[in-house]
Amino acid sequence: MTGAGTGAGPARRRHAEHVMGTVVSFDVPASAGEPRGEGALGRAVRWLHRVDATFSPYRDDSDVSRFGRGDVPLAECAPELAQVVQACAAITARSGGYFTITPGGRFDPSGYVKGWAVERAAAILTTAGSAEHSVNGGGDVQCTGGRLWRIGIADPLRPGRLALVVAGRDFAVATSGVAERGAHIVDPHTGQPPAGLASVTLVGARLAETDAYATAAFAMGSAARDWVENLDGYEGFAITATGATWQTSGFGRYLG
Amino acid sequence: MRRVILAVTGTIAGLVALLSFKSHVPSAPVAATAGGSGGTAASSSSPSSSGGGQTEVVPGAFPQGSIARNLPPGETAVDGQVASTAYGPVQIQLIKKNSKIVKVAVLVQPTNTLHDVQIGEFAFPKLISETLTAQNGKIDAVSGATYTSAGYIQSLQSALDKRS
Repeated sequence: MTGAGTGAGPARRRHAEHVMGTVVSFDVPASAGEPRGEGALGRAVRWLHRVDATFSPYRDDSDVSRFGRGDVPLAECAPELAQVVQACAAITARSGGYFTITPGGRFDPSGYVKGWAVERAAAILTTAGSAEHSVNGGGDVQCTGGRLWRIGIADPLRPGRLALVVAGRDFAVATSGVAERGAHIVDPHTGQPPAGLASVTLVGARLAETDAYATAAFAMGSAARDWVENLDGYEGFAITATGATWQTSGFGRYLG
Repeated sequence: MRRVILAVTGTIAGLVALLSFKSHVPSAPVAATAGGSGGTAASSSSPSSSGGGQTEVVPGAFPQGSIARNLPPGETAVDGQVASTAYGPVQIQLIKKNSKIVKVAVLVQPTNTLHDVQIGEFAFPKLISETLTAQNGKIDAVSGATYTSAGYIQSLQSALDKRS
């Protein structure tokens, strides 16, 4: 009765799953089934909870916590942990150390894991038969399938408003910024919150890297613009602390 | 008088539900038009963006007080009921054109405690923005700085998730 329909086409389902300390929002075909069912949506949701159990730094018994304390070697952890560590090392190198797997001096790959888990959840949906879906992990989105997806970018300086809308197919959109709990990203080189940016948004093909690079770019502050400009496969948009904006030279093709 | 009791649609119900998600003892309402019978009576603050005859939705621009006067042809104002929420009384005014919501004004909103002021300045306009955005169906998802599980309830994404 709200007139909110988006037109003809197969029925859709939206689902919000509380997991990994945030909410992961699914936009899937109704045929993906129930979040606790045996279908595509159920599989993706169960995957996220498995990731949470293995990778949460807040659970004493997670592999991340046990490995971080030195209780167990990497070889005795879930095999995904080694993959994650390897991927993080590559991102750290490519970002000049602005992305780190030890933020605050503690082993915590969360800056990579959430985007990676969401990207994999989207892949699970594809494997299970969904042709068109988006998965949004707390503000970082992986879109899959033929249609043009329109993703609003929240304006960090004007809560509740969108700064702009990006549109694309089979793409990922990740934003790093001053979170609601304050500056949670620090420059690993100084230990201080980065100056200059209110938020930075990266658009790329896959969310795991896109999200991690957005985190790195935010930590760079004013140096992020040149770095993202030269980052192959990604475009970026940022809002500075004073409300000014910049975008990389190829970002315009995503403007919806 | 010409006040219309708005049929509570799913979206508006969602708005009120979102406003009501926490329970604390509401203090006395101070909003000027609370309980008044003339829903479109002029209130103390003036609309800042109601002129010009535009019907374009500007998410986030929420005039305080009625904007029922000087509407362009084809637009009509509908005042919602005063809703009792955990934060105090809330009343909004919808400007409709061809049965679509094109503007929203806030007639009554909680302003009495520090907490309510925060709600009034941030969450409440945000929720109206969500209503507009969601109804217009313009976006599929929202990207922004990561919200916590608790913060999700006030996120733009949460309004989209309720849309289905």
